[in-house]
Amino acid sequence: MIGGYATRRTWLHRVPAGTKLIALMACSLALLSVTDLRILVVVLALIGAVYLQFGREGWLRLRALRPLVLLLAIVGAFQAYATGWAGGIALIVRLLAMILLADLVTMTTTMSALMDAMAPVLRAVCPRSVNHRKISLAVALVLRFVPVLLAQWQARQEAWQARTNRRVPPRLIAAFVAETLQLADHVAEALDARGFDASPTPRN
Amino acid sequence: MDSRAIVRIALLAAVIAVLGLLPSIALPIAGGVPITAQTLGVMLAGIVLGPRHGALAVLLFLAVVALGAPLLAGGRGGLGVFFGPSVGFLIGFVPAAYVTGAVMARVRRLPVFAAALIAAIGGGIVVEYLFGICGLMLMTKMDLLHAVMASAVFIPGDLLKALATAFVAEASHRTYPAAIASRA
Repeated sequence: MIGGYATRRTWLHRVPAGTKLIALMACSLALLSVTDLRILVVVLALIGAVYLQFGREGWLRLRALRPLVLLLAIVGAFQAYATGWAGGIALIVRLLAMILLADLVTMTTTMSALMDAMAPVLRAVCPRSVNHRKISLAVALVLRFVPVLLAQWQARQEAWQARTNRRVPPRLIAAFVAETLQLADHVAEALDARGFDASPTPRN
Repeated sequence: MDSRAIVRIALLAAVIAVLGLLPSIALPIAGGVPITAQTLGVMLAGIVLGPRHGALAVLLFLAVVALGAPLLAGGRGGLGVFFGPSVGFLIGFVPAAYVTGAVMARVRRLPVFAAALIAAIGGGIVVEYLFGICGLMLMTKMDLLHAVMASAVFIPGDLLKALATAFVAEASHRTYPAAIASRA
Protein backbone atom coordinates (compact mmCIF):
# COMPACT_ATOMS: atom_id res chain seq x y z
CA MET A 1 0.00 0.00 0.00
CA ILE A 2 1.17 3.50 -0.76
CA GLY A 3 1.87 5.38 2.45
CA GLY A 4 2.29 9.08 3.04
CA TYR A 5 6.04 8.80 3.65
CA ALA A 6 8.35 10.44 1.11
CA THR A 7 11.51 8.45 0.57
CA ARG A 8 13.75 11.28 -0.66
CA ARG A 9 15.64 12.42 2.46
CA THR A 10 15.45 16.09 3.45
CA TRP A 11 16.52 18.05 6.53
CA LEU A 12 12.96 17.64 7.86
CA HIS A 13 13.41 13.85 7.99
CA ARG A 14 16.12 14.32 10.64
CA VAL A 15 13.94 16.38 13.02
CA PRO A 16 12.51 14.15 15.81
CA ALA A 17 8.83 13.20 15.35
CA GLY A 18 7.77 14.68 18.70
CA THR A 19 9.31 18.06 17.84
CA LYS A 20 7.54 18.10 14.48
CA LEU A 21 4.19 17.27 16.06
CA ILE A 22 4.54 20.00 18.70
CA ALA A 23 5.65 22.50 16.05
CA LEU A 24 2.67 21.51 13.88
CA MET A 25 0.23 22.10 16.74
CA ALA A 26 1.82 25.46 17.61
CA CYS A 27 1.89 26.66 13.99
CA SER A 28 -1.71 25.58 13.37
CA LEU A 29 -3.00 27.34 16.47
CA ALA A 30 -1.06 30.46 15.48
CA LEU A 31 -2.41 30.32 11.91
CA LEU A 32 -5.99 30.07 13.17
CA SER A 33 -5.68 33.52 14.73
CA VAL A 34 -4.00 35.21 11.73
CA THR A 35 -6.46 37.15 9.57
CA ASP A 36 -3.99 39.34 7.64
CA LEU A 37 -3.96 38.03 4.08
CA ARG A 38 -0.36 39.23 3.44
CA ILE A 39 1.08 37.19 6.34
CA LEU A 40 -0.92 34.13 5.27
CA VAL A 41 0.35 34.35 1.69
CA VAL A 42 3.96 34.62 2.92
CA VAL A 43 3.47 31.56 5.15
CA LEU A 44 1.93 29.57 2.30
CA ALA A 45 4.81 30.57 0.01
CA LEU A 46 7.36 29.41 2.62
CA ILE A 47 5.62 26.05 2.96
CA GLY A 48 5.48 25.78 -0.84
CA ALA A 49 9.23 26.38 -0.95
CA VAL A 50 9.76 23.39 1.36
CA TYR A 51 7.65 21.25 -1.00
CA LEU A 52 9.96 22.27 -3.86
CA GLN A 53 12.83 20.52 -2.04
CA PHE A 54 11.03 17.21 -2.54
CA GLY A 55 11.19 17.60 -6.32
CA ARG A 56 8.75 15.49 -8.30
CA GLU A 57 7.42 13.78 -5.19
CA GLY A 58 6.45 17.14 -3.70
CA TRP A 59 4.60 18.05 -6.87
CA LEU A 60 2.71 14.74 -6.79
CA ARG A 61 1.69 15.48 -3.19
CA LEU A 62 0.31 18.86 -4.21
CA ARG A 63 -1.66 17.22 -7.02
CA ALA A 64 -3.12 14.71 -4.54
CA LEU A 65 -4.98 17.64 -2.96
CA ARG A 66 -7.25 17.99 -5.99
CA PRO A 67 -10.30 16.40 -4.29
CA LEU A 68 -10.12 19.29 -1.81
CA VAL A 69 -10.44 22.03 -4.43
CA LEU A 70 -14.24 21.95 -4.61
CA LEU A 71 -14.65 21.88 -0.83
CA LEU A 72 -12.24 24.81 -0.38
CA ALA A 73 -14.03 26.75 -3.12
CA ILE A 74 -17.43 26.27 -1.44
CA VAL A 75 -16.14 27.23 2.00
CA GLY A 76 -14.30 30.22 0.52
CA ALA A 77 -17.38 31.35 -1.36
CA PHE A 78 -19.48 31.23 1.81
CA GLN A 79 -16.87 33.25 3.67
CA ALA A 80 -16.55 35.75 0.81
CA TYR A 81 -20.33 36.18 0.84
CA ALA A 82 -20.30 36.80 4.60
CA THR A 83 -17.20 39.00 5.02
CA GLY A 84 -16.03 40.10 1.56
CA TRP A 85 -13.48 38.80 -0.93
CA ALA A 86 -10.39 39.29 1.21
CA GLY A 87 -11.92 37.16 3.95
CA GLY A 88 -12.76 34.35 1.55
CA ILE A 89 -9.28 34.26 0.04
CA ALA A 90 -7.62 34.50 3.47
CA LEU A 91 -9.66 31.51 4.62
CA ILE A 92 -8.64 29.37 1.63
CA VAL A 93 -4.97 30.34 2.00
CA ARG A 94 -5.03 29.62 5.75
CA LEU A 95 -6.64 26.19 5.32
CA LEU A 96 -4.22 25.28 2.51
CA ALA A 97 -1.24 26.32 4.65
CA MET A 98 -2.45 24.21 7.60
CA ILE A 99 -3.15 21.16 5.44
CA LEU A 100 0.19 21.36 3.61
CA LEU A 101 2.07 21.86 6.86
CA ALA A 102 0.48 18.78 8.43
CA ASP A 103 1.16 16.74 5.29
CA LEU A 104 4.83 17.75 5.55
CA VAL A 105 5.01 15.95 8.91
CA THR A 106 3.42 12.88 7.36
CA MET A 107 5.85 12.96 4.42
CA THR A 108 8.95 13.16 6.59
CA THR A 109 8.10 10.86 9.51
CA THR A 110 7.79 7.08 9.44
CA MET A 111 4.68 5.43 10.90
CA SER A 112 6.60 3.76 13.69
CA ALA A 113 8.27 7.06 14.68
CA LEU A 114 4.84 8.73 14.84
CA MET A 115 3.47 5.88 16.95
CA ASP A 116 6.42 6.08 19.33
CA ALA A 117 5.98 9.84 19.60
CA MET A 118 2.29 9.43 20.45
CA ALA A 119 2.84 6.68 23.07
CA PRO A 120 3.57 9.04 26.02
CA VAL A 121 0.51 11.14 25.10
CA LEU A 122 -1.68 8.01 25.09
CA ARG A 123 -0.29 6.93 28.44
CA ALA A 124 -1.04 10.37 29.91
CA VAL A 125 -4.61 10.46 28.58
CA CYS A 126 -5.64 6.95 29.66
CA PRO A 127 -2.86 5.39 31.72
CA ARG A 128 -4.73 2.26 32.79
CA SER A 129 -6.33 0.79 29.70
CA VAL A 130 -3.80 1.64 26.99
CA ASN A 131 -1.50 -1.17 26.06
CA HIS A 132 1.15 -0.48 23.47
CA ARG A 133 1.29 -4.07 22.23
CA LYS A 134 -2.45 -4.25 21.59
CA ILE A 135 -2.42 -0.96 19.70
CA SER A 136 0.52 -2.08 17.56
CA LEU A 137 -1.26 -5.34 16.77
CA ALA A 138 -4.48 -3.51 15.87
CA VAL A 139 -2.69 -1.04 13.56
CA ALA A 140 -0.78 -3.86 11.89
CA LEU A 141 -4.02 -5.83 11.40
CA VAL A 142 -5.75 -2.85 9.74
CA LEU A 143 -2.84 -2.26 7.36
CA ARG A 144 -2.65 -5.97 6.53
CA PHE A 145 -6.37 -6.50 6.06
CA VAL A 146 -7.30 -3.46 3.96
CA PRO A 147 -5.74 -4.96 0.80
CA VAL A 148 -7.12 -8.43 1.67
CA LEU A 149 -10.68 -7.15 2.14
CA LEU A 150 -10.39 -4.90 -0.90
CA ALA A 151 -9.43 -7.93 -3.04
CA GLN A 152 -12.30 -9.94 -1.55
CA TRP A 153 -14.73 -7.14 -2.28
CA GLN A 154 -13.51 -6.79 -5.85
CA ALA A 155 -13.94 -10.52 -6.46
CA ARG A 156 -17.49 -10.25 -5.14
CA GLN A 157 -18.20 -7.23 -7.30
CA GLU A 158 -16.82 -8.92 -10.44
CA ALA A 159 -18.96 -11.98 -9.77
CA TRP A 160 -22.00 -9.72 -9.47
CA GLN A 161 -21.19 -7.78 -12.61
CA ALA A 162 -20.55 -10.93 -14.61
CA ARG A 163 -24.14 -11.94 -13.94
CA THR A 164 -25.92 -8.61 -14.27
CA ASN A 165 -25.00 -5.20 -15.58
CA ARG A 166 -26.72 -3.38 -12.74
CA ARG A 167 -24.76 -1.55 -10.05
CA VAL A 168 -23.73 -3.20 -6.82
CA PRO A 169 -26.59 -3.35 -4.26
CA PRO A 170 -26.30 -2.97 -0.44
CA ARG A 171 -27.12 -6.69 -0.15
CA LEU A 172 -23.59 -7.39 -1.33
CA ILE A 173 -22.14 -5.25 1.48
CA ALA A 174 -24.16 -7.26 4.00
CA ALA A 175 -22.63 -10.53 2.82
CA PHE A 176 -19.21 -8.85 2.84
CA VAL A 177 -19.62 -7.59 6.43
CA ALA A 178 -20.92 -10.93 7.69
CA GLU A 179 -18.03 -12.76 6.04
CA THR A 180 -15.50 -10.27 7.43
CA LEU A 181 -16.80 -10.82 10.97
CA GLN A 182 -16.49 -14.58 10.52
CA LEU A 183 -12.96 -13.99 9.23
CA ALA A 184 -12.23 -11.85 12.33
CA ASP A 185 -13.30 -14.65 14.63
CA HIS A 186 -11.09 -17.12 12.75
CA VAL A 187 -8.09 -14.75 12.90
CA ALA A 188 -8.61 -14.32 16.64
CA GLU A 189 -8.64 -18.09 17.12
CA ALA A 190 -5.47 -18.35 15.04
CA LEU A 191 -3.76 -15.64 17.15
CA ASP A 192 -4.73 -17.38 20.38
CA ALA A 193 -3.60 -20.74 19.04
CA ARG A 194 -0.19 -19.23 18.26
CA GLY A 195 0.15 -17.88 21.77
CA PHE A 196 -0.48 -14.18 21.25
CA ASP A 197 -0.87 -12.73 24.72
CA ALA A 198 -2.95 -9.55 24.92
CA SER A 199 -2.29 -8.95 28.62
CA PRO A 200 -0.28 -5.80 29.50
CA THR A 201 2.89 -7.58 30.65
CA PRO A 202 4.32 -10.51 28.71
CA ARG A 203 4.19 -13.71 30.73
CA ASN A 204 7.73 -14.99 30.19
CA MET B 1 -9.92 -7.03 26.10
CA ASP B 2 -9.37 -10.43 24.51
CA SER B 3 -7.89 -11.02 21.07
CA ARG B 4 -11.34 -11.67 19.56
CA ALA B 5 -12.37 -8.11 20.45
CA ILE B 6 -9.10 -6.63 19.14
CA VAL B 7 -9.35 -8.47 15.83
CA ARG B 8 -13.03 -7.54 15.38
CA ILE B 9 -12.20 -3.87 16.06
CA ALA B 10 -9.28 -3.97 13.61
CA LEU B 11 -11.28 -5.68 10.87
CA LEU B 12 -14.20 -3.27 11.24
CA ALA B 13 -11.69 -0.42 10.94
CA ALA B 14 -10.48 -2.08 7.73
CA VAL B 15 -14.10 -2.37 6.53
CA ILE B 16 -14.59 1.38 7.08
CA ALA B 17 -11.49 1.97 4.96
CA VAL B 18 -12.57 -0.43 2.20
CA LEU B 19 -16.07 1.06 2.02
CA GLY B 20 -14.50 4.51 1.65
CA LEU B 21 -12.17 3.38 -1.14
CA LEU B 22 -14.92 1.84 -3.26
CA PRO B 23 -15.94 4.06 -6.14
CA SER B 24 -19.61 3.98 -5.25
CA ILE B 25 -22.54 1.84 -4.31
CA ALA B 26 -25.92 2.37 -5.92
CA LEU B 27 -28.93 2.53 -3.64
CA PRO B 28 -32.08 1.20 -5.29
CA ILE B 29 -34.27 3.47 -3.16
CA ALA B 30 -32.44 6.55 -4.43
CA GLY B 31 -32.97 5.65 -8.07
CA GLY B 32 -29.37 4.47 -8.26
CA VAL B 33 -27.68 7.68 -7.11
CA PRO B 34 -24.05 6.69 -6.41
CA ILE B 35 -22.66 7.59 -2.98
CA THR B 36 -19.43 6.76 -1.18
CA ALA B 37 -19.93 4.49 1.75
CA GLN B 38 -17.43 5.57 4.41
CA THR B 39 -20.06 6.88 6.86
CA LEU B 40 -21.99 3.68 6.23
CA GLY B 41 -18.97 1.86 7.64
CA VAL B 42 -18.91 4.15 10.68
CA MET B 43 -22.60 3.52 11.46
CA LEU B 44 -22.09 -0.22 10.91
CA ALA B 45 -19.15 -0.29 13.33
CA GLY B 46 -21.40 1.04 16.12
CA ILE B 47 -24.24 -1.34 15.31
CA VAL B 48 -22.11 -4.44 14.88
CA LEU B 49 -19.56 -3.94 17.68
CA GLY B 50 -21.60 -1.96 20.21
CA PRO B 51 -20.81 1.52 21.57
CA ARG B 52 -17.34 1.07 23.11
CA HIS B 53 -15.77 -1.26 20.60
CA GLY B 54 -17.48 0.52 17.70
CA ALA B 55 -16.01 3.86 18.77
CA LEU B 56 -12.60 2.19 19.20
CA ALA B 57 -12.80 0.78 15.66
CA VAL B 58 -13.44 4.29 14.30
CA LEU B 59 -10.67 5.73 16.48
CA LEU B 60 -8.30 3.06 15.16
CA PHE B 61 -9.32 3.89 11.59
CA LEU B 62 -8.65 7.60 12.19
CA ALA B 63 -5.32 6.77 13.86
CA VAL B 64 -4.18 4.75 10.85
CA VAL B 65 -5.26 7.62 8.58
CA ALA B 66 -3.31 10.07 10.78
CA LEU B 67 -0.26 7.82 10.54
CA GLY B 68 -0.32 8.42 6.80
CA ALA B 69 -2.36 5.61 5.22
CA PRO B 70 -4.46 7.07 2.37
CA LEU B 71 -7.70 5.38 3.44
CA LEU B 72 -10.12 8.29 3.58
CA ALA B 73 -12.77 8.46 0.85
CA GLY B 74 -11.01 9.95 -2.18
CA GLY B 75 -7.70 8.40 -1.14
CA ARG B 76 -6.58 11.10 1.30
CA GLY B 77 -4.56 10.41 4.42
CA GLY B 78 -1.91 11.85 6.73
CA LEU B 79 -2.12 14.55 9.33
CA GLY B 80 -3.32 17.09 6.75
CA VAL B 81 -6.87 15.74 6.76
CA PHE B 82 -7.24 16.84 10.38
CA PHE B 83 -6.64 20.46 9.41
CA GLY B 84 -9.22 20.77 6.65
CA PRO B 85 -12.64 22.43 7.03
CA SER B 86 -14.37 19.07 7.40
CA VAL B 87 -12.31 17.98 10.41
CA GLY B 88 -15.41 18.08 12.65
CA PHE B 89 -17.12 15.46 10.53
CA LEU B 90 -14.00 13.30 10.80
CA ILE B 91 -13.62 13.60 14.59
CA GLY B 92 -17.41 13.24 14.87
CA PHE B 93 -17.15 9.69 13.47
CA VAL B 94 -16.05 8.51 16.92
CA PRO B 95 -19.00 9.80 19.01
CA ALA B 96 -21.29 8.99 16.07
CA ALA B 97 -20.29 5.31 16.20
CA TYR B 98 -20.61 5.34 20.01
CA VAL B 99 -24.12 6.80 19.98
CA THR B 100 -25.18 4.49 17.12
CA GLY B 101 -24.05 1.51 19.18
CA ALA B 102 -25.65 2.81 22.39
CA VAL B 103 -29.02 3.41 20.69
CA MET B 104 -28.84 -0.01 19.00
CA ALA B 105 -28.34 -1.68 22.40
CA ARG B 106 -31.24 0.33 23.88
CA VAL B 107 -33.89 -0.59 21.32
CA ARG B 108 -33.31 -4.32 21.58
CA ARG B 109 -37.03 -5.09 21.38
CA LEU B 110 -37.47 -3.60 17.89
CA PRO B 111 -36.70 -5.66 14.78
CA VAL B 112 -33.10 -5.29 13.59
CA PHE B 113 -33.99 -3.13 10.59
CA ALA B 114 -35.97 -0.54 12.56
CA ALA B 115 -33.51 -0.51 15.46
CA ALA B 116 -30.54 -0.04 13.13
CA LEU B 117 -32.30 2.74 11.22
CA ILE B 118 -33.06 4.70 14.42
CA ALA B 119 -29.53 4.10 15.71
CA ALA B 120 -27.90 5.16 12.42
CA ILE B 121 -29.94 8.36 12.22
CA GLY B 122 -29.26 9.24 15.87
CA GLY B 123 -25.54 8.58 15.72
CA GLY B 124 -24.62 8.92 12.07
CA ILE B 125 -26.63 12.06 11.42
CA VAL B 126 -27.60 13.93 14.62
CA VAL B 127 -24.30 13.45 16.47
CA GLU B 128 -22.16 13.48 13.31
CA TYR B 129 -23.56 16.82 12.11
CA LEU B 130 -23.34 18.35 15.60
CA PHE B 131 -19.58 17.78 15.56
CA GLY B 132 -19.23 18.54 11.85
CA ILE B 133 -20.98 21.90 12.10
CA CYS B 134 -18.97 22.89 15.19
CA GLY B 135 -15.75 21.95 13.34
CA LEU B 136 -16.79 23.97 10.29
CA MET B 137 -17.49 27.02 12.47
CA LEU B 138 -14.15 26.64 14.26
CA MET B 139 -12.04 26.15 11.13
CA THR B 140 -13.73 28.72 8.88
CA LYS B 141 -15.19 31.16 11.41
CA MET B 142 -18.56 30.79 9.67
CA ASP B 143 -21.59 31.68 11.77
CA LEU B 144 -24.01 28.96 12.83
CA LEU B 145 -26.59 29.66 10.12
CA HIS B 146 -24.08 29.47 7.26
CA ALA B 147 -22.39 26.38 8.69
CA VAL B 148 -25.76 24.64 8.97
CA MET B 149 -26.65 25.66 5.41
CA ALA B 150 -23.34 24.43 4.02
CA SER B 151 -23.73 21.08 5.78
CA ALA B 152 -27.43 20.55 5.12
CA VAL B 153 -26.67 19.74 1.46
CA PHE B 154 -25.27 16.38 2.55
CA ILE B 155 -28.13 15.34 4.85
CA PRO B 156 -30.29 13.65 2.14
CA GLY B 157 -27.31 11.51 1.13
CA ASP B 158 -26.63 10.56 4.72
CA LEU B 159 -30.29 9.66 5.29
CA LEU B 160 -29.97 7.22 2.40
CA LYS B 161 -26.81 5.83 3.99
CA ALA B 162 -28.67 5.33 7.27
CA LEU B 163 -31.29 3.39 5.34
CA ALA B 164 -28.57 1.34 3.61
CA THR B 165 -26.96 0.70 7.02
CA ALA B 166 -30.27 -0.71 8.28
CA PHE B 167 -30.51 -2.98 5.22
CA VAL B 168 -26.95 -4.19 5.70
CA ALA B 169 -27.39 -4.71 9.46
CA GLU B 170 -30.50 -6.78 8.96
CA ALA B 171 -29.05 -8.86 6.13
CA SER B 172 -25.76 -9.56 7.96
CA HIS B 173 -27.72 -10.52 11.07
CA ARG B 174 -29.57 -13.09 8.97
CA THR B 175 -26.36 -14.42 7.35
CA TYR B 176 -24.28 -14.59 10.53
CA PRO B 177 -26.40 -14.30 13.70
CA ALA B 178 -23.32 -13.54 15.85
CA ALA B 179 -22.66 -10.44 13.70
CA ILE B 180 -24.44 -7.87 15.88
CA ALA B 181 -22.98 -7.61 19.37
CA SER B 182 -26.18 -6.56 21.14
CA ARG B 183 -28.22 -9.37 19.54
CA ALA B 184 -25.80 -12.26 19.82
